Amino acid sequence: MALLEIENLRKSFRTPYGQLLPVVDVPGFRLSAGEQVALSGPSGTGKTTFLNLIAGILTGDSGHILLDGQNMTTLSEPDRDRHRAAVIGYIFQTFNLLQGFTCLENVLLGMSFGPGADRVRARSLLERVGLGDRLDYFPRQLSTGQQQRVAVARALANQPKLVLADEPTGNLDPTNAAQSLALIRELCAEQGSALLLVSHDPAVLASFPRRESLATLNQASRTEVAL
Amino acid sequence: MILWLLVRRSLRQHLLSTVVTALSLALAGGLLMSVWVVKRQARATFTGQTGAWDAVLGARGAKLQLVLNALFHLEASPGNVAFSDFQTLSSNRVVALAIPIAVGDNYLGYRIVGTLTNLFTEAEAAPGRRFRLVAGGRWFEDGYREAVVGSFVAQRLGLKPGDTFKPYHGLNFNPKEQHEDEYVVTGILEPSNTPADRVLWIPLAGLQNMSGHSAATVSDVSAVLVKLRSAVAGQQLDMLYNKQGDRLTFAWPLGTVLAQLFDKMGWFDQVLELVAYLVALVAAGSVLASIYNSLSARRRDLAILRALGARRILVFASIILEATSIAAFGMVLAWGLYAVIMGAVSAVIRAQTGVVLDPWAWDPVLVIAPLALVVLGALAGVLPAIKAYSNPVAENLAPES
Repeated sequence: MALLEIENLRKSFRTPYGQLLPVVDVPGFRLSAGEQVALSGPSGTGKTTFLNLIAGILTGDSGHILLDGQNMTTLSEPDRDRHRAAVIGYIFQTFNLLQGFTCLENVLLGMSFGPGADRVRARSLLERVGLGDRLDYFPRQLSTGQQQRVAVARALANQPKLVLADEPTGNLDPTNAAQSLALIRELCAEQGSALLLVSHDPAVLASFPRRESLATLNQASRTEVAL
Repeated sequence: MILWLLVRRSLRQHLLSTVVTALSLALAGGLLMSVWVVKRQARATFTGQTGAWDAVLGARGAKLQLVLNALFHLEASPGNVAFSDFQTLSSNRVVALAIPIAVGDNYLGYRIVGTLTNLFTEAEAAPGRRFRLVAGGRWFEDGYREAVVGSFVAQRLGLKPGDTFKPYHGLNFNPKEQHEDEYVVTGILEPSNTPADRVLWIPLAGLQNMSGHSAATVSDVSAVLVKLRSAVAGQQLDMLYNKQGDRLTFAWPLGTVLAQLFDKMGWFDQVLELVAYLVALVAAGSVLASIYNSLSARRRDLAILRALGARRILVFASIILEATSIAAFGMVLAWGLYAVIMGAVSAVIRAQTGVVLDPWAWDPVLVIAPLALVVLGALAGVLPAIKAYSNPVAENLAPES
């Protein structure tokens, strides 16, 4: 059974001129437990929207998202929040660390909405990503690469079944990007988490055994391109 | 735990606005408590001071002025009473004790009151409390230029038994109007927390015969303090002096007379209360504005929390708790401010009237006002909390460029 199964997922946004602009129109997509998939696509083709729909941050206009046995499109908002915290780890392109909280607190916060804050695990994860000596540092006191690693630790803290990574290496230099990508994939593999990683970096895409193009998956994207 | 961590960090991130907002709430709380307690204590304490006496007999005039002059040593005397009127009153069977006083002189701004020694030996300084002297002193003797000094005056002027002073004419100090008569201090009163502490007491005859005083009024007194045998006696004397007579005023019952003072000042209390309520409203508004404005800068943080799995209700609760915490912090400061205001007010009232307020006395308003303001603060957080509650997640996840 697939960990993630998407059917006829559609999402449109209203433009300032009142027209409906289809952004996501994916007839079908499946992801197995522990599988690592790279998703490519040019800017503006709805990659982030697609991930946000899977995470339940956005709701689709129609279609189904079956995630770990729960239909995200029929769950109430609190249940979606709960399911997201329990099943998904999200790595954002801009890391989205909370600036007023230390590295350790950022990881603990991520855990507290899921199974519960576990200080020992949070520490060991930060040590695992090489930040054992930066536990009490605030994000602004870290380099971009270090912030990225905190975001990785936070996303994996709850041992999620699915990690969504939205261009996680987009803000990093090539060396840091390669190291970060390796770390994400390694940790996901260690924990048995599936990984759906969005990138438009050919080097990143090339390293994945399964690659999908959102432009191919997404009928809306094709329509937009055709326009 | 998580809620408290969120609130603590948010308050720390906006420390300046947190402190300023808490201070404005503290001002409101401190003012409300002070106004309330001063009003209540002043009324109770002033009317309580009359407990040792039941009435005052004086020249025809306003009862309130007579009482303020005779018992609180404030205001000018409304006029004189012939000594024979005092004798007539004191020989009345319904009168338990009558003590004459005479005023008209001062020493360095503190009033000198002429009286008889039985004021100290037979009357009470306050209900159930006799006048007492500090060790080493004695009461003055009628017919001698001797003085017993109130504790507050002695402390302020550094007077002690054996010291001498020359009185000044009039109720207000004028260095050009010094009398020739020299008085010796024979004793210092123990603090009684009554207006008696602010006065220099000398023999009645001494004040009446002070050099320079008019010979025509030498035997007159300013007022007579009266202790009655019963309440019925008060009605009889009220009828005799106020309704049938037209030369003298019999101020009775004293509580009712003094209540006029507070009734006259009622508008002032109301203005102060209104100011305090307005400050409270403005402070609540500043809680609202402070949190509401900070939300613009925190939209992304709130979106991140929601993306991590925080429920809307947690975000809502964190804002309410933040507003409540600011208000609670403000109320801690309010108690400090209350202590400062009450310390200053009670010092001024004591210096001006001799009446001592107790800033540390328990009053329900000390809990009710802070609680009400904390609730008001929490309510002020509702609008920002609703805004935070409805903060769209996906739109706010990206950093502002």
